[in-house]
Amino acid sequence: MSRFIIPKHLEVPLGACLPAPVKEQPGMITGNWRTERPVIDHEACTTCLNCFIYCPDACWHLDEKTEQMVWNADYCKGCMICVNECPANCLSTVNELEFPDGVVRLEKPF
Amino acid sequence: MAIEVKTQNLEMVKSLRQVPQEEHYVPGHRTCQGCGPALVYKLVSKATGGNAIFLGPTGCMYVANTSYLCAPFAYPWMHTQITNGGAVASGIEAAYQVLIRKGKYKGELPSIVVMAGDGGSIDIGLQAMSSMMYRGHDALFVMYDNESYANTGIQVSPATPYGANTTFTPPGKNVPEGRVLFPKDAPQLVIGGHPAVHYVATASVAYPVDLINKVRKGLNYKGPSFVHLHAPCPKGWLFPAQKTIEVAKLAIQTGMWVNYTWENGEYTYDHTPKEYKPVKEYMKGQYRFNHLSDAHYAKMQAFIDARLKAPGKPIAIPVLGPREQ
Repeated sequence: MSRFIIPKHLEVPLGACLPAPVKEQPGMITGNWRTERPVIDHEACTTCLNCFIYCPDACWHLDEKTEQMVWNADYCKGCMICVNECPANCLSTVNELEFPDGVVRLEKPF
Repeated sequence: MAIEVKTQNLEMVKSLRQVPQEEHYVPGHRTCQGCGPALVYKLVSKATGGNAIFLGPTGCMYVANTSYLCAPFAYPWMHTQITNGGAVASGIEAAYQVLIRKGKYKGELPSIVVMAGDGGSIDIGLQAMSSMMYRGHDALFVMYDNESYANTGIQVSPATPYGANTTFTPPGKNVPEGRVLFPKDAPQLVIGGHPAVHYVATASVAYPVDLINKVRKGLNYKGPSFVHLHAPCPKGWLFPAQKTIEVAKLAIQTGMWVNYTWENGEYTYDHTPKEYKPVKEYMKGQYRFNHLSDAHYAKMQAFIDARLKAPGKPIAIPVLGPREQ
């Protein structure tokens, strides 16, 4: 009778207790969901922080050294709430096909 | 013998600049594009300041976030059954009180936050929530309201508004409006029946600073408190994903959602517009209300008007029986 052999890195911890992520959860990359991406014009940006506060995926944050908004390409799902809520109109919607790294497909889905 | 329990005292934020940049609900979760409940989760976890224990009764924010053994929570988080979010919070709070009394735990009592959906708080989880508030445990009960059971495919819940098209209330020949009943009023349910509760508030994702302040105020109160948060759901309400904030703002401008605070018996209303827009404007933007006729809009408008006419008073809800026209 053969037994299932589970690789060491796929074993489930006892009681399904998981270590908490620190900055991001690399087990669930969601950047390959989007078909469009927000592109920021740093000169027009007033750093009103609307995109930072309204992003459900926490993909915008303020870099305190350069005083510029930084976008997280790995996790942005492309919902475009930031583009809709930007009061300075410095964000624009651009199709993923315009970018050389656009339409990323992962080899393993998760 | 009373032993003083140190609790957190969180400061109020005045502008977006004072909101902490640190994320406790990190990117990398499986919620839909433009998810309102995910935005609520992000803002509530920012408000707690890190020293918190979160409990997730079954709902979108458990099912979509913790799939395939990866969870986006950078704090202690525990899944509870959909029925017992309040009961687990009571147990954790009572355990901490005992540990503090025996001197085995030194430090502040962490903020215990239950993040329940509308089903986990006022439908299936009502008894556990009610008993937690009745016994007076020091925990915050957050109800993020997306007005349906969204993770199983948009089924009707007691918070679903009149006329909504869900998988359990499809419009047809006999019932042209779909959902016949008017929703439960969750904050009034808590205010009316729980003398241990001193703080109840409603907030919306459209005003994040106000939302963070209300959550912090609820955490600062000793004893149970309840916060009801409006979280538009693009998948369930059928509107484009980028309009989540727009829909939330329109709900306040039309009177479908009222932001208020109830503190020791006194009401304070926030973000009240000078003139309310017609409810039809809000309902036209969502495909779940697409089948309604003008008579149905008028019925909804009459319900909203009756609810808005009582400032400072408990909001009365006319409840119709099934099939009553």
